[in-house]
Amino acid sequence: MKTIFKSLLVITVLSMVLGSCGKGDSKKNGALSSNAAEKVYVAPGEYDEFYAFVSGGFSGQLAVYGLPSGRLFKVIPVFSVDAEKAYGFNEETKPMLNTSHGFIPWGDSHHPDISQTAGELDGRYVFINENNTPRIAKIDLTTFETTEIIEIPNSAGNHSSSFVTENTEYVVAGTRFSIPYPQRDMPIKEYKGNFKGALTFIAVDPKDGAMNIKFQLMMPGFNYDLSHPGRGASHGWFFFTTYNTEEANSLLEVNASQNDKDFIAAINWKKIEEYVNNGGGTKAPTKYAHNVYSDETHSATSTMKDEVLIINPSDVPGAIYFMPTPKSPHGCDVDPSGEYIVGSGKLAAELTVHSFSKMIKAIDEKKFDGDAYGIPILQYEATLAGAVKQPGLGPLHTEFDGKGNAYTTFFISSEVVKWKLGTWEVLDRKPVFYSVGHLMIPGGNSRKPFGKYLVAMNKITKDRYLPTGPEVTQSAQLFDISGDKMEMLLDFPTIGEPHYAAGIPANLIVPKSKKIYKLEENKHPFATKTEAAAKVVRKGNEVHVYMTMIRSHFAPDNIEGIQVGDKVFFHVTNLEQDYDVPHGFAVIGAQTSELLIMPGQTETNIWEPKQVGVWPFYCTDFCSALHQEMQGYIRVSPKGSNVPLTYTLDGDAVDAE
Amino acid sequence: MKKSKILMIVGSLLLLGLFVFPLWNITLEAPQYPIPLGMDIHINKFVDTHEFDIKNINLMNHYVGMQYIPETIPEFKIFPVAIGIMVVLGVIIGFLGNHKLFLAWFVLMAVLGTAGMYDFYLWEYNYGHNLDPKAIMNFKNPDGSAMGFQPPLFGTKDILNFKAHSYPRLGAYFLFVGMILTLVAFFVGRKEVKSK
Repeated sequence: MKTIFKSLLVITVLSMVLGSCGKGDSKKNGALSSNAAEKVYVAPGEYDEFYAFVSGGFSGQLAVYGLPSGRLFKVIPVFSVDAEKAYGFNEETKPMLNTSHGFIPWGDSHHPDISQTAGELDGRYVFINENNTPRIAKIDLTTFETTEIIEIPNSAGNHSSSFVTENTEYVVAGTRFSIPYPQRDMPIKEYKGNFKGALTFIAVDPKDGAMNIKFQLMMPGFNYDLSHPGRGASHGWFFFTTYNTEEANSLLEVNASQNDKDFIAAINWKKIEEYVNNGGGTKAPTKYAHNVYSDETHSATSTMKDEVLIINPSDVPGAIYFMPTPKSPHGCDVDPSGEYIVGSGKLAAELTVHSFSKMIKAIDEKKFDGDAYGIPILQYEATLAGAVKQPGLGPLHTEFDGKGNAYTTFFISSEVVKWKLGTWEVLDRKPVFYSVGHLMIPGGNSRKPFGKYLVAMNKITKDRYLPTGPEVTQSAQLFDISGDKMEMLLDFPTIGEPHYAAGIPANLIVPKSKKIYKLEENKHPFATKTEAAAKVVRKGNEVHVYMTMIRSHFAPDNIEGIQVGDKVFFHVTNLEQDYDVPHGFAVIGAQTSELLIMPGQTETNIWEPKQVGVWPFYCTDFCSALHQEMQGYIRVSPKGSNVPLTYTLDGDAVDAE
Repeated sequence: MKKSKILMIVGSLLLLGLFVFPLWNITLEAPQYPIPLGMDIHINKFVDTHEFDIKNINLMNHYVGMQYIPETIPEFKIFPVAIGIMVVLGVIIGFLGNHKLFLAWFVLMAVLGTAGMYDFYLWEYNYGHNLDPKAIMNFKNPDGSAMGFQPPLFGTKDILNFKAHSYPRLGAYFLFVGMILTLVAFFVGRKEVKSK
């Protein structure tokens, strides 16, 4: 006992001594941290300066945060069903998740990218890719809803996606896993030469944003990992990192790490576009779904397409080149001027930066080092702008602040490193907690970055938050990058695994954000625009309920004459035309989800009653002072019962009003 | 042309502003309405301050049993005709140049205006007190009488969770300035006669 007290005393004294020694430092830290608190504090009722659209990773969704506060505003359902919002459960949105493999309730969302005009963020759409069942989605930033999803045929592991060109001419989708082309039953070991990597260019209509696969470039069977567009002088080119140029098909962690250098593929898409516009390419049979949601009908349609235009690299000479880049490069990032292409060789000791102007010169001077499947390989030295020496371990991604600096994440050494474009000197490094993947500076991959904040997105959090059992949160960390040195301001949890994010000044979005849907513009085939028009119609064993909702009742609210075995369609229209007055709809025993209906919107829930009785339905969203009164009953009789079909509100037939 | 005549004609013509701009406005503020609900009253129509405001005012008011604000009221037929006649009359009188008629026009307009305000008050009273007996919520005044929800004729008043503002708008100022000008026209005209 005595010895314990003694040692405690020693520890106390020691800590006091050490404490006083470090006083200057701790004071400084204290001042700094209070300063950090001020920098992220957004007072109640105030707005954040930036929106951050953060990939929901294996949740399949897209999360909307505010910066600098790190507050979560909305989770936009994109590739996974969402019972809260009835996404994938109501009749209107089920077609959004249709694919050539049928209805898919889950996806793996990766790289959000905001549409651009003249190389700058324009705040019209966010695009995001689904890795597992290859798809690209478009989210409309007036409604913050997913309005279009296009499946990518001949692709697998849709990872080097969904990045947009300078004027959103195209959103690209590159395959990480090469697969047989055409897809067929064949031995896996015959991978080499038979498997292909499709790079898909999806044209985006400048007027309404409609997506349409313009062409697929059928590249050699490497793994196409990430990509970014050229901008400024390099506009018209797209750059893709590749790994597994060994074309291994098993134990890739070893067998795909053998080559000293893999490639960055430089694609002159303008040249290929010209070739296509002149009738080039081969139409090949395929199958992919194209799903479009309309804000007028409040419904999605799914169309199965059966043809895609295939381009072989040899068809368009001079359009595709390989730039050797050390050791399985991951990130492929282009600086705001469009001159530098940063390839992050994830197993390399240094960070490789290619020069666009040197690349053009090397092409002109034919400085080739052989070819791969007929695609010229440029001499490494000929395109090299420079290298950042000893930057860290495991470089992954780079973003830019618009002031001549680049910021690269290092997964293995778990840090963000700031370095200077042109001189390649390291200016600052800060640890992150832990194992950072992507990073994001609002506009950091455009011509005009807003170099005030940087968000690091971490794969591992371990002890950073209160523990929640074996599964703990993923996280983002916010840095102030306005000064010479980076300063960490904030940790905040994210949903799923945050693969990349896209940030944009709030003032580019706020004025366009829709408040309600206009009832008069509702073109849903089952819309009910007045209470007087509410009705119930039987068609065999299908019953269609044309129902309205307004504070604080449904019309009709009592329905009789439903029978066990019926399929009841509740087509519910929210008659409100006021901001932030959604109503919900839930009925006992429904094997779907609730409906959450915005003002002016119509949604449909299917209910198949299994039991005789009188069953209630109610509003699930606390809408008003009389929300608890917002309910109704449905009488379910045995099959073949002669109870007539009636529907009333306050004892009167609804249509008698 | 005599100064008084010009004043009389211009004064009468200013009333035409009522055909363009709203006469009055009622705005309702509440914690749940950071963007207040509002209604502009023209001589011939009710207009939302922001789209769907009237619909939303009606929705709010149904809790206490208030009637819906009608699409139109008989006054909307009468007011434009009355104002139109007064403008024409004012211009004719202006050309005639008899300053006594100027005063007569002014008095007539003042009477009509007062009648209009009184009519508006009656409508407001009815709107605020003619409540549905099946109203969801009933409020009593401290003296036990049923609480009314009449917006103020002029000024600001607290009604439950709402703060109601009732103030003239640009059209009313046109009317007001126009009438003042006709009164000035009378005095100037009288002076012109005397100085002869």
